[in-house]
Amino acid sequence: MTALLSGWTWAFVFSAATLGVAMTFVAYMTWLERKVAARMQNRIGPYEVGWPHGWLQPLADVLKLLVKEDTTPRAADRLLFNAGPILVVAPALVGFAFLPIAKGLAVVDHPYSFLFFIAFASLTLFGIFAAGWSSNNKYALLSALRMVAMAVSYEVPMILSLLIPAVWAGTFQLTGIVEAQRGLWFVLYPVVGQVAFLVFLLCALAEGNKSPLDILEAESELIAAYNVEYSGIKFALFYAGEYAHTLAICGLAATVFFGGYLGPSFLPGPIWLIVKSAALFVAILWIRWSLMRLRIDQAIRLNWTILLPVALVDLLFAAWWCVGA
Amino acid sequence: MGVPAVSAAPIEVVEREFGELALNMGPQHPSTHGVLRLVLHLSGETVVKAMPVIGYLHRGVEKLSEHLAYDQLAPVYERDDYLSPTSNSNAYVLAVEKLGGIEVPRRAQWVRALACEWQRIASHLVWLGTLGLDLGGALGGGTTLYMYCFREREKILDWLEALTGTRFHTNVNMVGGVRYDPDAASRAESTAMASEIEAALPELWSMSGGNPIFQERTRGVGVISKDLALGVGVTGPTLRASGVAYDVRAASPYDAYRELPPKVVTRTAGDAEARFQVRFEEIGVSLALVRTITEGLPAGPIFSRKPIKNPKATKLPAGEAYAAVESPRGELGFHIVSDGGPKPYRLKINAPSFKNLQVIPHVVPGGLLADVVATLGSLDPVMGDVDR
Repeated sequence: MTALLSGWTWAFVFSAATLGVAMTFVAYMTWLERKVAARMQNRIGPYEVGWPHGWLQPLADVLKLLVKEDTTPRAADRLLFNAGPILVVAPALVGFAFLPIAKGLAVVDHPYSFLFFIAFASLTLFGIFAAGWSSNNKYALLSALRMVAMAVSYEVPMILSLLIPAVWAGTFQLTGIVEAQRGLWFVLYPVVGQVAFLVFLLCALAEGNKSPLDILEAESELIAAYNVEYSGIKFALFYAGEYAHTLAICGLAATVFFGGYLGPSFLPGPIWLIVKSAALFVAILWIRWSLMRLRIDQAIRLNWTILLPVALVDLLFAAWWCVGA
Repeated sequence: MGVPAVSAAPIEVVEREFGELALNMGPQHPSTHGVLRLVLHLSGETVVKAMPVIGYLHRGVEKLSEHLAYDQLAPVYERDDYLSPTSNSNAYVLAVEKLGGIEVPRRAQWVRALACEWQRIASHLVWLGTLGLDLGGALGGGTTLYMYCFREREKILDWLEALTGTRFHTNVNMVGGVRYDPDAASRAESTAMASEIEAALPELWSMSGGNPIFQERTRGVGVISKDLALGVGVTGPTLRASGVAYDVRAASPYDAYRELPPKVVTRTAGDAEARFQVRFEEIGVSLALVRTITEGLPAGPIFSRKPIKNPKATKLPAGEAYAAVESPRGELGFHIVSDGGPKPYRLKINAPSFKNLQVIPHVVPGGLLADVVATLGSLDPVMGDVDR
């Protein structure tokens, strides 16, 4: 089969399939989140649209948002305003292309795929800033400025903690990092592995705008944050972008800390990756729907005084471990 | 008590002349508890100045009072402070009874206290839930606390519905007594409910006051000093959190509280956490009161007057009377001036939320934007009570 298709066609088919699977998962993660949150809060959640348990709800939401009026504020910067949602959703989806789904198999299996993933994940923030800035709304502007402060802070320990699996595997290629975990998942390496994962998890909460670190989406202060002026499908794109980003980050964590597609052979590799990502996603939801939100100064102090030193020391120990071994 | 004067400048002037960002928070805003509008002057995220703008929920209740008969008015005030309807009508009927020298049977007094205390617990649960929304957001742990609070509150509303036929604006109070009499089953249900809610309190505490993030967000935020509190006339739990042990139920007891003095909860810190602790502890105090009332409810009639056929036939002697109760938000008073006719000549409501809101310009500046909602949430304003 592969012989019949040229390299480009193969890449196109493969990435279209990955995109389709990723978007479906993003849609169903919103459903999962609503169900998990409802379960935690003594509610039922989506129930009416589709039997059983409202499983068509994501489809209904997308249809509703598609036909809603799409408004642009008169004073908005139209170009940036329209570019914002695209700049959020596209880099978040690109991230899925780097995740290995089987031995040596990813849409893009580049020697530096790990670094590419992190770079694309951070690009989302440009879209958010463009949206917040161009809306010409004070709440959106404050949210965009908070985003810059948070991104500058939390990217640092996040990348430091992600360097630890790369140091242990001796490669920046995600497929290589997974193969290096055949003996033992990196999260199970005593103390150093767990600390790295916890630092990464906290940073992922901040990057994915999840409570207690969803400072830039603090809707009790900033109404709806950077997307306050958006409606219709553009709003839906922000929503999809946020979930795709969170899901991609969960996929990355599953890949570099939890052995990615590795697992007992009764399930195929890709399924293991999905199961692990979904489990991490639910763990993030659990934290999100339990805790209050920190204030911005507290969140940034937590980063610079605790997460950054811990990540640095942890990286030193990981390197020392490597050299010693 | 020196309270400095605060003046407002239009938004355009703030940005042009002071170089500060003027942020119009409300009247349509998720955490201004209804339709409060705050004009904030921001330097970065730090609030330089804050001015509350009120009046968006003004319904002219005091003027309306001049057009209705005394016996028709109690339900009107239940719509004022819509989280504690019975306290409002209780204050009104107390003032009318004082002016007319009308006796209230002992059992009726106790039933009033029972309904008021249950609604105080319900009101404090709504306050705790909305404080959760203010601190934790609608997409986060705040909603979880909110739903847990409302789960408990729902039991109280169900009980009130079984007693009065209405979940919320129960219309228990009448001039000269009460309208509904809890039977044995209702009293048993009340006692059982007290135990259930008491059992749920540790869970609510662990999600709010026992949580380090909640403590970080409320400790040292929106500090109201004792002087400021007395100077602007703050009342209720907000005043008690600043170290003043003033509770109308204990200071000038009315109705059943002459026999049932409640424990007055105080804190001295005056910050949002102290106000949280006072209200949370008051839930427990009210539960204890509810138990005492349910167990010791005296026998006897619940209404001292003849059945009311024509409300306009009830006339009060000319004169003035003021009566106050401790509503969940503080001292709630009604001042009635009568000219001897069937309607009040003039009626003025002394509303606790209105007085508590006066501290905003004094305590909010210097904090961050996020502290504004924490402070506001801890003050527990009800805009229906502010604007009337």
